[in-house]
Amino acid sequence: MSNIAKRQTSTLDKVLRVALYVTLLAMAFVYLAPFIVMLLTSLKDVEEIRTGTLLSLPASLDFYAWGKAWSGACTGGTCEGIAPYFLNSFQIVIPAVLISTIVGALNGYVISHWKFRGSNFFFAALLLGCFIPFQVILLPMAKTLGWLGVANTTSGLVFVHVVYGVAFTTLFFRNFYQAVPAELVKAARLDGAGFFTIFYRIILPISTPIIVVTIIWQFTQIWNDFLFGVAFSGFDTQPVTVALNNLVNTSFGGKEYNVDMAAAIIAALPTLLVYVLAGKYFVRGLTAGAVKG
Amino acid sequence: MTTKSANSGSGMTQSRRPARLSLADWMPKLVMAPTVITTIVCIYGYMIWTAVLSFTNSRMLPTYKFVGTAQYERLFENDRWLVALSNLGVFGGLFILICLFLGVMLAIFLDQKIRAEGAIRTIYLYPMAISFIVTGTAWKWLLNPTNGIEKMMIEFGFEDFKFNWLSDPDMVVYCLVIAAVWQASGFVMALFLAGLRGVDGEMIKAAQLDGAGIFTTYRRIILPSLKPVFFSALVILSHIAIKSFDLVASLTNGGPGYSSDLPANFMYTHAFNRSQMGLGSASAMVMLGCVLAILIPYLYSELRGERHE
Repeated sequence: MSNIAKRQTSTLDKVLRVALYVTLLAMAFVYLAPFIVMLLTSLKDVEEIRTGTLLSLPASLDFYAWGKAWSGACTGGTCEGIAPYFLNSFQIVIPAVLISTIVGALNGYVISHWKFRGSNFFFAALLLGCFIPFQVILLPMAKTLGWLGVANTTSGLVFVHVVYGVAFTTLFFRNFYQAVPAELVKAARLDGAGFFTIFYRIILPISTPIIVVTIIWQFTQIWNDFLFGVAFSGFDTQPVTVALNNLVNTSFGGKEYNVDMAAAIIAALPTLLVYVLAGKYFVRGLTAGAVKG
Repeated sequence: MTTKSANSGSGMTQSRRPARLSLADWMPKLVMAPTVITTIVCIYGYMIWTAVLSFTNSRMLPTYKFVGTAQYERLFENDRWLVALSNLGVFGGLFILICLFLGVMLAIFLDQKIRAEGAIRTIYLYPMAISFIVTGTAWKWLLNPTNGIEKMMIEFGFEDFKFNWLSDPDMVVYCLVIAAVWQASGFVMALFLAGLRGVDGEMIKAAQLDGAGIFTTYRRIILPSLKPVFFSALVILSHIAIKSFDLVASLTNGGPGYSSDLPANFMYTHAFNRSQMGLGSASAMVMLGCVLAILIPYLYSELRGERHE
């Protein structure tokens, strides 16, 4: 269907085609501009920011702001930069992504090939859980984390992210495993293969694409989370998004926009990198999570 | 979508282990048990818990002294909540409309055998990979009333250019719209582009044989067949709008005053910072109601559609 435009070659069409490219490139600039501005601003000194404009180039490359954002900027109480919180985010994200992916894979396997009474109903109930506004669970979860003795800890945050991430990971794996022929699993069962043998030998070897999609989706979601971070983290377990927000809204001393921008880029870097390196899988996760979730 | 036909039988080997029926019986249930428990407790149980709290006069700690619908009455007499709700209407409405318009437009444009389509698509979509906190931080600087876009336009020669929406209580909600559209419109584009690539080529050829031009083909044939994509996008965007919290926190912090608060921020402030647990719970329940009002008809039509296939 993409060759509709190609067939006609009148001048009007040529003009339209030029207009098309101009529009597309102009829009590309609009989407890129905020990032370009962030990058330029992060490389200027405060004086240059005051005298120049958003898109004016820095006179020289000045990495002062990057250094300060990383290890010296004040984020609320302390002035250690966002480095410690950047590491906190990894400490939250890695276990949360791994656990929710494994649990999701097993759940998806059960729901599509080991159905039991009520498993479909349960799947529907879980699906609805993807959509609830989390405001509705914040207060009880805060209480529960307190009772479990993990309030304000990294393990508490991991727990929260796993609980609310599993709905999505289950959905992803269920949709993928639904396409695995039921006869395949049945035949293996007749041959005496058990639940985990079939999973390891038949299901897991074909799961690579959906595992990649799920890991990327979960990584992006949890890294970018702010609500759970701000509600359930302690002073020294804050994820980087919360620290960034504190840094930007900290108001003592002069406002250093270059430091704000450097910190923002640092906080965005891991997910941007994943997007650039594995964009295809990222998009697949987005549309899968979207269309059915 | 992720569903793909699986490679048949790879890795399948004869296993000599005897059938252990009892194990096969309870293993799937055992594997699902943790998720079943957390779903019942942490999703539905908590939902009910919050509902209960919304009928009590809990402040800093939950108390179970029931006050009927008093919290809801207080909520809808609270000016800050009414501002947050009307902001949600303006923000949500504009955000959804502009995203849909831009998304459809860019998808159609990109579907014309464009050179470097991949690169352009990547650029449109990258904001979706970053956090709303980063987006808010970036736009807070771009929209800065003295140093941001205003100053740039003045330097370009538009001496009277004024752009101080971020500090104007009447306009600040539009700043939220700008930043949110920047972040999410590329995603709508990706959804529609995937939809366009799935349209039946035969149908289009037939239309063209009948002499339909490119615009007619899009208007009459292609876009109507994308109705399901349109509905998905609508549901996802309204969902993003209702849940919006981080963007307000980082871009405006609700200000000036509380002129740019959204319901999610109202809930958080009252439940966590102002020790108004009952009122916060009531606002959370209203948000849940909004989501369900959108979701239930959607899921219903989806499920019915599946059954007909």
